[in-house]
Amino acid sequence: MSQPLLQVKNLHTMFPTESGEVRAVNGINFSLERGKVLGIVGESGSGKSVTAYSILRILDNPGRITQGEILFEETDITKLPRNQMRQIRGSKISIIFQDPMTSLNPVYTVGNQLMEAIRLHTSRNRQQAQERALEMLELVGVNEPKKRLKQYPYQLSGGMRQRVMIAMALACEPDILIADEPTTALDVTIQAQILELMQELKNKLGMAIIMITHDLGVIAEMCDEIIVMYAGRVCERGTADEIFYNPRHEYTKGLLRSIPKMTTTKERLTPIGGSPVDLLNMPKGCAFAARCDRAMKICLTEQPEEIEINPDHRAACWVNVKEGALAQGGQNNG
Amino acid sequence: MSDYHPDQIPQKKPFSLQLDVSKFEPATAAEKEQHDIMRESTTFFKDGMRRLFKNPLAVLSIVILVLLIITIVVAPMVVPYGYSEVIRVNGQRDRSVTNLRPFTYSQLEQQAIDEGQQVFPHIFGTDELGRDYFIRVVFGARVSLAVGFFASMIVLVIGLLYGSISGYVGGKTDIAMMRIVDVIYSLPDTLMVIMLSVVLDQVLGDSLKGTILASIGNNMLSLFVVFGVLYWVGMARLVRGQILSIKNNEYVLAARALGAGAGRIIRKHILPNCMSVIFISAALQIPSAIFTESFLSFIGLGVQAPMPSLGSLANLARGGMQVYPYKMLFPALGICLIVLSFNLLGDGLRDAFDPKLRR
Repeated sequence: MSQPLLQVKNLHTMFPTESGEVRAVNGINFSLERGKVLGIVGESGSGKSVTAYSILRILDNPGRITQGEILFEETDITKLPRNQMRQIRGSKISIIFQDPMTSLNPVYTVGNQLMEAIRLHTSRNRQQAQERALEMLELVGVNEPKKRLKQYPYQLSGGMRQRVMIAMALACEPDILIADEPTTALDVTIQAQILELMQELKNKLGMAIIMITHDLGVIAEMCDEIIVMYAGRVCERGTADEIFYNPRHEYTKGLLRSIPKMTTTKERLTPIGGSPVDLLNMPKGCAFAARCDRAMKICLTEQPEEIEINPDHRAACWVNVKEGALAQGGQNNG
Repeated sequence: MSDYHPDQIPQKKPFSLQLDVSKFEPATAAEKEQHDIMRESTTFFKDGMRRLFKNPLAVLSIVILVLLIITIVVAPMVVPYGYSEVIRVNGQRDRSVTNLRPFTYSQLEQQAIDEGQQVFPHIFGTDELGRDYFIRVVFGARVSLAVGFFASMIVLVIGLLYGSISGYVGGKTDIAMMRIVDVIYSLPDTLMVIMLSVVLDQVLGDSLKGTILASIGNNMLSLFVVFGVLYWVGMARLVRGQILSIKNNEYVLAARALGAGAGRIIRKHILPNCMSVIFISAALQIPSAIFTESFLSFIGLGVQAPMPSLGSLANLARGGMQVYPYKMLFPALGICLIVLSFNLLGDGLRDAFDPKLRR
């Protein structure tokens, strides 16, 4: 098997603040291969976006990566000098943001901004850049691309702007596209269109996508592999089928229980009780223990390791260890 | 109802309440196109200018300023007198040429006119040394406007650079840079201006002779230095505040994610978004600089002797105010007009361009 395109090894990111260190990401591992889609789910504040920003090294001051490696094509980009990192941003790894309403600069036309993105990384002149911009707008399915080039962001609808954002991110044919909640701010029909578009572009351009969202439906549709994050750690990872039909971490189970289903009508949803963990004072054991119905003594004192459930599925939960042990014990007895 | 045809439109009877069915016909392509009118896309600048020209006070002040500028540019070419030149008639000194009233002539001039020669009228009269007062006021206005304009340019440049570095870099750099601003801000500025212009005059001394700067004169130069050193702090604070609020916008993050460098982000993404606010405050800086210059000249620290300025003219006129009140009136009126119209124009610009005041 070839080397994965992107490998994140034991990534730690924290924000020093006046009241202490906010540890947003605490030892994340994953790898991404060419042409694959990786989904990252988790509730607000679970470190999804910070992971993405860490990969691009666009963390807000004073956030920084304290530990770990991010290998992109086998070079550690956490240690690259700034100007080389700038070369990677946009041309090798791109990102699209959650809110298309604010992600475009209101004082420039769409064409201007697209051309800026193109000319930052290629030696195209104005004319060629404009042609490329037009081509990109067509690719992402903006109608009347010639007219749109001359329009300002406020003249476009949300879906249109998100398409422009995608066009900007893809203008230099990146190897990896990070989509940070790309559909959260859009309505459902547009959501579907944008997801379809991303799927289509992935197949056409052969890039890898990291899909960050808290919408499990979006993830289920698109992803080859899913990572469930809680408090900056990976709870569970596996293929979509494994995560949805055979969840093994209590947090994942809770998430799945809180999705409304089309089939049942008068049943109350079961939300996950309590509130997300305080990243300033992380508990010693499992971060989810305080909200977990099945928490055991060990959950409060020791952090669970990721355990292989099957080749496509790993989860970091003590319950699995216990059940595994019981099953093993049962086997021994029987 | 045997003659009912669904495709045929029934005839409307006069005075009947029956709906006019012809209105419910499908629209033709041409009719549809009429409704597909989009508002012509305007730039921020065009939109602001349109609003500026709707404001009568702003338009009035633009008119006054344009007239003033035309006057101070054209008048020295038309009027045959110099600002430091004592009037002579046919090479002869005339005692009666001092302290003339507006549009009057001295005895020798009167003789010359009687002999058929052309003598240019003294529009504002003459001063106590026999110099044409109109041209002195014109040159005074020139000096005042130049000081106002260049001082606000200096303030703008320094404030913009300092403020954007401080705001964008942030963290400890920001704290250190802003404390320096606080220190300068806390100095009593009038006192500092007086002391600096005295000291600079001494320090510069003769060192300027022979350079281009010599033509500006020591006092003018020290005025610029004073403005540069003292008044940029307000601008720096304003710019920093603007940058702090704009740099958290997602499009700045997006630009970083696309691989744009810090300088590019400041220049292309942050500053254009707060340019209106900054320019307006620079425009409002002009009258305050003019005012300070007039004040300094009034107390004798402004421009050097033969060179007039509106402030020094007013100061000189103070002596004979009861006998020649018009001498005080002209420069004072000049200061008022310039300061007032710049203020009104600045207000108009703010109303037109400040996005927060938009309705």
